[in-house]
Amino acid sequence: MKVLVAVKHVVDYNIKPRVKPDGSDVDIAGVKMGINPFDEIAVEEAIRLKERGVATEVIAVTIGKANSQDTLRHALAMGVDKAVLIQTDVEVQPLAVAKLLKSVIEREQPQLIILGKQAIDDDLGQTGQMLAALINAGQGTFASIIEVKAGEIEVTREIDGGTDVVALKLPAVVTTDLRLNEPRFIKLPNLMMAKKKPIETINAADLGLDINPRLKQLKAADPEPRKPGIKVANVAELVEKLRLAEVL
Amino acid sequence: MSILILAEHDGKHIKQSTRQAVTAASAWQLPVHLLVVGAQSGVIAQQAAEVTGVTKVLHADAAQFEHPLAEDVSALLTQLGRDYTVILSAHTAFSKSVLPRVAAVLDVAMVSDVISITAPATYVRPIYAGNVLSTVESSDAIQVVTIRATSFAVPANGNSAEVVTVAAPAASGLSRWIKEDKNVSDRPELSSARVVVSGGRSLGERFDELLEPLAHKFGGALGATRACVDAGFAPNDIQVGQTGTIVAPELYFAIGISGAMQHLAGMKDSKIIVAINHDADAPIFQHADYGLVANLFDVVPELTAALNN
Repeated sequence: MKVLVAVKHVVDYNIKPRVKPDGSDVDIAGVKMGINPFDEIAVEEAIRLKERGVATEVIAVTIGKANSQDTLRHALAMGVDKAVLIQTDVEVQPLAVAKLLKSVIEREQPQLIILGKQAIDDDLGQTGQMLAALINAGQGTFASIIEVKAGEIEVTREIDGGTDVVALKLPAVVTTDLRLNEPRFIKLPNLMMAKKKPIETINAADLGLDINPRLKQLKAADPEPRKPGIKVANVAELVEKLRLAEVL
Repeated sequence: MSILILAEHDGKHIKQSTRQAVTAASAWQLPVHLLVVGAQSGVIAQQAAEVTGVTKVLHADAAQFEHPLAEDVSALLTQLGRDYTVILSAHTAFSKSVLPRVAAVLDVAMVSDVISITAPATYVRPIYAGNVLSTVESSDAIQVVTIRATSFAVPANGNSAEVVTVAAPAASGLSRWIKEDKNVSDRPELSSARVVVSGGRSLGERFDELLEPLAHKFGGALGATRACVDAGFAPNDIQVGQTGTIVAPELYFAIGISGAMQHLAGMKDSKIIVAINHDADAPIFQHADYGLVANLFDVVPELTAALNN
């Protein structure tokens, strides 16, 4: 079974983003970037499927500027077999990403496609479901367990107030939640070797798809700060304050 | 020129977040239709008709909707949605699974987790774990939107909208529901509780023993940090944060929580935040209205006892 994982190059999760002085966007110039953490979980899951003999080949795909290669190198160092960069300088939004991924899926014919449940930059959480709809496949969102059975997969999903389990016909799309696995630590030699591996680059414009952004950002702003609070000395004072605030 | 809201329910009650979506829809000043899908769900359709602001209820009752699958619900919503200006829902696990499929098939963008609607196609939504608020404008003919329920008021009841039956397309067969495991609790739902008592990893094995009685005093819900959940001290579904549940209760207790960016993203819109931590330099204190620097193993039972009086 061939597995395809989609990965996104995003601002590192430890970095607190800053808004540009003109309020037009977030300033990511010179900021540390890396693989979207949910996508790293997707890569890990695909590689584990290969190590168990379930997957035969794992392909990682990313979409974006040339520097997105760094995230593909990360996936290669983790152990994916093949890396594809669909290169574009256009800001790609989930619908465009889903269309571009669909074109690679039509060529590669994977049985399982794994993506992160959301990217930690735009926090939209749409791409996997959009892709599933475009290729008319079943989907298992927010996966915490994936079990491959004969001709189908069972996905345990983290939903509001608990979990559920769905069976999906193959090919299927799965989006990862935090507890699906813990991605492996990359050893330095693997990272060095990944630098030498080939990356296939496709020019997004050559695919003839409408990938123009549909959403236009008018403004980016810092949220209203909370008014400063106070320290209380003990439980009695805390209870007193809560009484005065009329929340007890 | 109408709005179609996908309703969510648990088989007995319509979710509060669906009601809040009705409030959000009022921004457009257009007729609001509520789509109820379910099996033997006449009661839910009636409840939907009573929500103030709803013009019409569309009721799709079919066996396959006993456990509605995203593939089937999205097929129905796509079919109906072509005639609407806005397709709307609350940003819940259910709608997050369904609405992107609808948007993709309609070839329109989707705007997720909206906290404010400032013009017919202009929205404010948090990005980067709520560290930045982004105002976006959508150019598509059909707007597909999920709203953050806690940012919108709960409307009153007292309406009696018309209920019409709509036919459901045949099940897709792409997926099959096997089972679900919902945590049965007499506590209110985390996302809509008036009071939330949350704990961090430092509570360890004593998480329940210390926090349950305090939550019980308020009839509140329990929450936890990701680290606490990962360590196995609290169940997955009570994780509060960027990638867990977003809450905005009247009163939020952060107990033994340092205040990581990803946790703050899930609770910083709470009306009053109380932080209890032994570390006076913990970032959580910068976000708390009332901070108490103390050993939580001493003061949490003391606080619980003090609330008795």
